[in-house]
Parts: sequence; structure tokens; C-alpha cells
Amino acid sequence: MAHGAGGKATRRLVDGLFVPLLSDRPGEPLGDAAGLEIDGTRLAVTTDGFVVTPLQFPGGSIGELAVNGTVNDLAVAGARPLALLVSFVLEAGLPSSVLEAEVRAMGAAARRAGVSIVGGDTKVVEHGKTDQMYIATTGVGRRLPGVALDARSVRPGDRVILSGPIGDHGITILLARGELDLEAELRSDTRSVFPLVEAIVTAAAPGLRWMRDPTRGGVATSLNELALDCGLAIHLDEESIPVRAEVRGACELLGLDPLHIANEGQFLAVVAPEHTDSAMAALRAAPGGEEASLIGEVRAEPAAAVLVSTRYGGSRIIDMLVGDPLPRIC
Amino acid sequence: MRFVDEFRDPEIIARTCDEIRRLADPGRHYRFMEVCGGHTHAIYRFGLKDVLPSNVELIHGPGCPVCVLPMGRIDDGLTLAKEPNVIFAAFGDMMRVPGAHGSPLEHKARGLDVRIVYSPTDALKLARRNPDKHVLFFAIGFETTAPSTALTLMRAKAEGIRNFSVFCNHVTIIPAIRAILSSPDMRLDAFIGPGHVSTVIGCRPYEWIARDERKPIVVSGFEPLDILQSIVMLLRQLRDGTAIVENQYKRVVPWEGNKGALRAMAEVFQLRPFFEWRGLGFISQSALAIRAPYSAWDAETVFRVAGVRVTDPKAAQCGEVLKGVLKPVQCKLFGRECTPERPVGALMVSSEGSCAAYYNYEHRKATPVPSTNREPAPV
Repeated sequence: MAHGAGGKATRRLVDGLFVPLLSDRPGEPLGDAAGLEIDGTRLAVTTDGFVVTPLQFPGGSIGELAVNGTVNDLAVAGARPLALLVSFVLEAGLPSSVLEAEVRAMGAAARRAGVSIVGGDTKVVEHGKTDQMYIATTGVGRRLPGVALDARSVRPGDRVILSGPIGDHGITILLARGELDLEAELRSDTRSVFPLVEAIVTAAAPGLRWMRDPTRGGVATSLNELALDCGLAIHLDEESIPVRAEVRGACELLGLDPLHIANEGQFLAVVAPEHTDSAMAALRAAPGGEEASLIGEVRAEPAAAVLVSTRYGGSRIIDMLVGDPLPRIC
Repeated sequence: MRFVDEFRDPEIIARTCDEIRRLADPGRHYRFMEVCGGHTHAIYRFGLKDVLPSNVELIHGPGCPVCVLPMGRIDDGLTLAKEPNVIFAAFGDMMRVPGAHGSPLEHKARGLDVRIVYSPTDALKLARRNPDKHVLFFAIGFETTAPSTALTLMRAKAEGIRNFSVFCNHVTIIPAIRAILSSPDMRLDAFIGPGHVSTVIGCRPYEWIARDERKPIVVSGFEPLDILQSIVMLLRQLRDGTAIVENQYKRVVPWEGNKGALRAMAEVFQLRPFFEWRGLGFISQSALAIRAPYSAWDAETVFRVAGVRVTDPKAAQCGEVLKGVLKPVQCKLFGRECTPERPVGALMVSSEGSCAAYYNYEHRKATPVPSTNREPAPV
């Protein structure tokens, strides 16, 4: 199945099977977390499964991803992450040192992100039935006051903000698999984006329309989902999209587009024009937000599409990723 | 990034576009074919159509090895992959290319051992690491990738590695250009010559195009400025009434080619009498087979290959698009039955195929970008 790599196939699976059969609110735009209101307290809940080869890679590991990934889904739903539940699926024969390392990594990541891990479950399956270990985390957070995020509130003229350089995680994983004779000084960007989200919310909450963390499928896929949900065009200025030289180099060599590469520590925000300056200033002043960039704007046409303009006057449509990014050789 | 940024410099690009506008006779329509799929991809990726005057039209040629591979060859390869203990190895480019019963990726999902490799030597490495398995390398590509397949076979022979074979689908570029030029509905003014192929074969093999067919040809690099500069060189030739082979990609392409690579190809490969090209039909002496001294590593000798033939649906107009008679969007199936996710025809298969490139990068650009973004800044 191509359905796991983010992008079009995932979207089709969700829209074509899960929503019609499971949702009692079909037709609502899909976010990173679901909203719940219990006795007047506005909560966000989300769940995510983590599968990665290799388990450990420069800058992080599956345990750290499992915490930060769910924390980030809550954060970009405008919620302060509070607590996580964790579920392990372990392959019989997995060395206990490997498991312990991941549990330690999760603990450390949770402390850094300020969330509690409050419960969990463990299953062990036969050797060969999983790839070492899978982790699923479920998170709950309290929605920040004054934040109303909805793709349908996005208007022409709104600006698109990106929190920092893209592609670090995806390219790090690709290189860490060791199948390419390529090396680069790169680390996964896995981190909690909540401190940056809090900064932008504090500075620009009334003008904040939409946020998303561009994980699988990259920035292109997240923005295409936005374009579909709001029916408008997202125009990106290629030059203003921060990409590290190592990521750019690997992408040029392999025929990949950085806009399709996964991130684990960045987010996108759409902000009303009059709040853009304060949002950008707050992000850049926050630790880890120094490389935040204004990368584009929302326009009316062409409807439901993402367009990238190059600095020498050309432009191209960029679609969602179809399946996994595959290198071009011949 | 060196060798990239200087070829994307907006000022130089704007100057080059001005030069193109000066050279292009407004009373004339120019049709240039870029032979190589890498160029097609770059033209869309960089949005070069937006900076060219409307009477300079780029026609996308046959130089995408994945696109021109007949579906039957993919089925043959995947049938071999089903033999016991076989590891099927191929470039990423091949992985989503559909055979009659699904692509290599879909076969992997059904349990076949399918691996993505980045070079044929990686496939040989797999064979060394898995002595109890047979590694089948599905080789594709023009003269760009053929030398590395040849060197890998030479190494396999020298090391006596017997659990490795190559299913050879290498093709050569010149017969394809000849087929296009001999087509009665051909209406091309000049060629942008393939850059990567020419690093191997050099520029001499194109001389007949200029001499006998009176068509200018410029071997070009793949950055925006490379392609635009090649267009300038073609327009100058047409203005002056000359037709010669020129080399714009001198930083990479030697006029005489790469002798070592050509020697390796000659050692390992011979021309097939004919080979089927998807969209173009059978072309004589257009593909490579493995020579007898290497037959122990030739999958077509080691295994029994069925020689499946699968014809494309009649409604797919790939041949017309390949020859530049139709634009991708003018094909009846484009964007409806035929999309990059479910390609019907050859050119929708790889991102270097003109239909897929057009679909991915262009076709929803219905409303033009405001003029401030469209025109390069004056210098």
C-alpha cells in the first residue's frame, strides 16, 4: 500500500474509508487533533503511530519521535500538550537494551516538552511479525484561549509562515539507512514545536487561521490539504523557503523536492496580513525560531492549488506527494 | 551551492531571456525538441515556459527510459522476480511503473523481494551479501546508465559471482531521434541535445542531424540557464541559416565522449536487431543485449523469458505526444483516465515523461501569476 507515506494515498484512505464509516461529522476539514469540550474545558486529543527504520538516527530515535510527534499534533491544533498514553508493539527477541534506550529517550523528550506520560500498554508479537518495535502515542491537551483554527477561515491575502528549515528529518533518515553512499552533517529536526506555537499565539492569536506540522509528505502535502479545504491558492516564493545546503544537495542529487520531504520539528501557520509582522517577530525572537520565514501568501486563483514561484520568474504547480519519494537515477 | 546557484542567477537569466526575445522572429513559430527526459523535468520544475516568448515552443522528446519501456518487458522482469529465491533490484525510477498486473512496488506489497538500488554495483553488493539468493538487476536507461551496468557485469565475471544477473533494457538515443525525424508528421526546427547521454557518447553522433537533416542541435545542461542559453544558441543558428552541433554543456560533456565508458559498453553489449519502444513502436538497432561471453549473467539466458507483449490502449496518444504532434493536454485520456497515480500511457509514468511533468507542474496553472512575478526584472 502506498497509503502510509502521507500524501494523496493517505488522504484517499481517510476520506474514502475512515471518515464515511467512522465519523459522525463527515464533511468537516480534518485537522491534526480532534476537539472535545468537557464541562466547558476545551480539549484536543490526537493519536499517532510511529514506525521508522533505523530506530536510531542522528538527532533522535523512534522514542523521541513518538513523544514529539504527538505533542506537535496537539500544538498545531492550538493546544498546550498535557499528557500522553503510550502503546508498544515489540518484536520477540528485541534486545532489552534497545527498548530501554527508547524508553529513556521518551522520558527525556516528555520532560523537555513538559508533558506527563500517564499510562500505556505493551504487546509482544512473534519474531518477524514486526520490524523491531512500533510505538503509538495518544495525547491530550488544553486548547489555548482565543485561538480559532479552521482552514475555512483562510482568506486571500493571508500570509504563510514556516517555522524553520525543511527536509532535515526526511533526508537524515534516508541517509541513516546507509543505502546511499552519501554522507552529510545532518540531524533530524525532531523537537516539540509548542514553545514556538505559544509565541505565535501570544503575539497574533486573533489573526491566526490555520496551523499544521508538515511531517510525511512535507510542506507540499500539508499546503495542498489546506488548498483543498479552503478552495484557494497558496502561492509560495521558492527563495524564501529555508532549506539547508546539505538537504538541498541531497535533493538535487537524488531528484527529490525538499517540499516533499518529511519534517518532525517544524510547523506552518497562516496568519491574517495585519498580524504577520507581530507573528514573525515573536517567532524569530523565540529560541529555535530564528530561521522562521514568510514563505508565501493565499490568493484566490488558481483554485485549490499550490504554486511555487522561482526567483527568475518561472512558476510551477506542486502537488501532494504520491507514495514515498523515490530517487531518480536514470 | 556551487554548479547550481550560478546557473539559477535571476539577473543572468533575465538577460538571457531578453536575448531570446531579441532573436526570436515574431513572425515565426519555433518548435524545439528537448530529447532528454531530464530536460523535460527541469523545464517544468523551473517553470521555464513562463519566461519564454509564446512563439518558442518546447516539444518533449523520447528521452525518458522508463516511459519508452514497453509494459511487456516490465511483466517479463516481474515474472522472473517470482522465481524462487530471487531478489528483484531496480532503480527508484522503475518502482511505480505499472506492468499489466501492477508495478514493482505493488508486487513488493504482495510479498515479492523487491529492492531499490542506486547503482548496479549496489545490486552486485546485494548478491555478495545474499549468497543463497539470486539477485536480478532490472537495467534501464540510455547510454547514461549503460556503462555502469557494463562495468558491474565485468566485475561480476572477474569475481566469479554466479548468483547475479541483469535483465537488460538499455536503449540508445540516436535511433530514437532518427525515428522521430523520419516520421511524416514531424514539424521540428531544432534539437536541445541530451546532456547526460552525451557525457558518454560525446557530440559526434549527432553530426548527421545537422548535416543530413539540416536541424541545429545544441547539447545542453540541466539548470535553467543551461537550457535558456541552448535556446539562444539554436535561435542564432536559425537566424544565420546554419545547422551545426554545438556543445553548451562543456563543463561536463567532452566532444569525443568518455572513451573508457564506451569501451566498457562495447565489451559487454551488442545491438539488438530491433526493440519495441512504447509510443514509438519497433525501432531497429535501438537497444542493447548482453554479449555471449557474459551470457551466464544475462537474465534472458539464465531464465526463460516469456517475451510478453502488452499493447497500450488505443485511446492513448503517446506516439503523437512523443513526436510533438499533440500536447499532453490534447490527449483524450490526459488527466482523466490517465494520471501519474494510474498511468495508462508511457509518458504519464515517470516524472520525466512529458505528460507526468505537465500534469504535476503545469496543468492546474489555469490563471496566470500576476505580471509582477511573471516577467524577469529588467537589468
